[in-house]
Amino acid sequence: MTRISLTRALLGSAALSLAALSPAFAQTEITFFYPVQVGGPLTEVVDGYVAEFEAQNPDISVEAIYSGSYTDTTTRALTAARSGTPPTVAVMLATDIFTLIDAEVIAPLDEQIATPEDQAWLDGFMPAYLASARLDGHVWGAPFQRSTAVMYYNKEAYAAAGLDPETPPVTWEEMVEHGKALTIRDDAGNVTQWGLGIPGSSNAAHWLFGALVAQNGGQLSSEDGLHTFFDSPEVIGALEYWVSLGAEHAIHPPGVLEWGTTPSDFMEGRLAMAWTTTGNLTNIRDNAPFDFGVAAYPGNPDPASVLGGGNMYIFADASDEEKAAAFQFIKFMTSDELLADWGIQTGYVAPRDGSWDTQALQDYVTEVPQADVARRQIAVSVPEISTYEGQRVNEVLNAALQAALTGQQTPEAALTAAQAEAERILSVYRD
Amino acid sequence: MISRNARIAWLLLAPAAVLLVAFTFYPTVATLIDSFHSTPRGRRPAEWVGAGHFQTMVADPIFRQAFVNNLIYAGVIIPASMGLALAMALLVNARIGGRAFVRLAFFTPTILPMIAVANIWMFFYAPDYGLIDQILGLFGMGGNNLLGMPGTALWALIVITVWKLAGFFMIFYLAALQQIPPSLLEAAALEGASPAQRLRRVILPLLMPTTLFILINAVIEAFRLVDHVIALTRGGPNNSTQLLLHYIYQVAFSYWDTGYAAALSVALLAVLALIALVQFGVLDKRIHYR
Repeated sequence: MTRISLTRALLGSAALSLAALSPAFAQTEITFFYPVQVGGPLTEVVDGYVAEFEAQNPDISVEAIYSGSYTDTTTRALTAARSGTPPTVAVMLATDIFTLIDAEVIAPLDEQIATPEDQAWLDGFMPAYLASARLDGHVWGAPFQRSTAVMYYNKEAYAAAGLDPETPPVTWEEMVEHGKALTIRDDAGNVTQWGLGIPGSSNAAHWLFGALVAQNGGQLSSEDGLHTFFDSPEVIGALEYWVSLGAEHAIHPPGVLEWGTTPSDFMEGRLAMAWTTTGNLTNIRDNAPFDFGVAAYPGNPDPASVLGGGNMYIFADASDEEKAAAFQFIKFMTSDELLADWGIQTGYVAPRDGSWDTQALQDYVTEVPQADVARRQIAVSVPEISTYEGQRVNEVLNAALQAALTGQQTPEAALTAAQAEAERILSVYRD
Repeated sequence: MISRNARIAWLLLAPAAVLLVAFTFYPTVATLIDSFHSTPRGRRPAEWVGAGHFQTMVADPIFRQAFVNNLIYAGVIIPASMGLALAMALLVNARIGGRAFVRLAFFTPTILPMIAVANIWMFFYAPDYGLIDQILGLFGMGGNNLLGMPGTALWALIVITVWKLAGFFMIFYLAALQQIPPSLLEAAALEGASPAQRLRRVILPLLMPTTLFILINAVIEAFRLVDHVIALTRGGPNNSTQLLLHYIYQVAFSYWDTGYAAALSVALLAVLALIALVQFGVLDKRIHYR
């Protein structure tokens, strides 16, 4: 008797859970992986966006999964794709495009474009940001949380050094001159304030170095991701300049400056000028005890900066319905209004001109004029280094940069060796 | 025919056996097989490459540097953390004021997660305004970029690891010390043994089983603890803090070169197996178990 009732109970609960699982009407379910790379309660913000999307599109349900850092997200998405259960949409680095295409896990975004409205939406992205998503005649991702590197400078230190706080340097020579005026030593000869700091740790060196190279008229990698130019005169010259800041001019702290402590180095007054991302704007604005400015990067002779950040990709293994739903979701997440709001919440640069025309973002720029520097700099910004086996090639470059910055090798020797190693890695892909 | 007893025995063993096979033996064998194959990439499936990965490894300067770094790292951490642990255990086993507080203070590093620890130490090590550089500055030796120079970065990580492990090992030594029968120490004292003789002739021999246990743990930790590398230096500057496990992680999950990562794992496994054989084979014979 007990046995029968147990079976009945089991059957009953199975029927109940089946009923709970099948929705009242046909609903497309998509999963969305996203990283959080800057401070603040951003998972709540994303959950709010998702809820709004689901309210507008009752036939689509989105499972939003916070997936750690960019690297964690890519690792998770690739692992999930290999085990046959990829997410439908994910935010991953723009520079991951070659890795993702080589692994055959993502589908072209432009396949989903059906109407003139869709095309208008795609054309609304700033060309500089869309360029990083184009390959083999397709657009593979939608620019979402994008950034650029800028220079923060201490206006009080500028005034104390007899410099004009409203005219940051526009050439490499001027940056050295300002740096010399801003470097302060105590009686024992110890530096109490360095003129300039450019992070050289492995999570940032290749990115910021890309800006130095662009300022020197060079580039680190080709658009097809198959070639690097580490031993070109422009690239070597850029590294020689970076090394000379510490070794020759003594305005840059010795060794490798850590990316993670650079904002606090700046806020503690250790660095008078610091290179880092626009994403740190909110943090520095809230915590710097002095008046600071944000400057566009200088040039040698032409100013240039480097773009960064993540795009939204659709995965190849999703069904057609899921892809269509994912496209619907991407269009929502990258609308003018939403990207404007996301930029205000985070400090990211909204990658659509339309976003900068919204009332919300215009009000924000009036209140925080520093936020506008990044947008104005985009016109002269270049894509981040991006190749096949991107992380491995970046690591080769980073080791070379660090060998030169710590005086173990000359810039030329370090970069020539790095170029040979990058050739060995990339030659496999040139068939 | 299998007897009823044997059947029950197998049934009882089955869950543990399934777990062992699924999570230890199968991955080990799969890693070994993978290490002889190329990495499958979207358009190119895995192929048999024989000892190709191992030849690459021998010629790989980063692997060699990681190997040497790891030997230095282990060679310093193991004796330093064990010696410190013993000294701390002897101290807090003695009758000193505020004993409970000191014990807690020594143990605290153990309960903090390594990533949190690393983030705290990042600011200890920060040049100029960091705690350590400020103290050095008092003696006119300021301006050090300890994590940012190849000559000091590995040592900076070693200090963190010793600091973290010593408190953990202290607990085992403390427990062992309290197991030593007071009658033995009293007898030694009656025979006129000095405190140094009591330590060398009575306490240390009785601690040997614990020492072996801690030694094995210390060896494992020396090859396993890389969280702070990820948080602080990511192997830089210029691979001066590259350790074997961190390199495996990088090759496997940053570069997605799973074939080469499998070969590196096999190398690490071989090193650990060799050390374990030495430990059990040689040291075990010289230990007095009660």
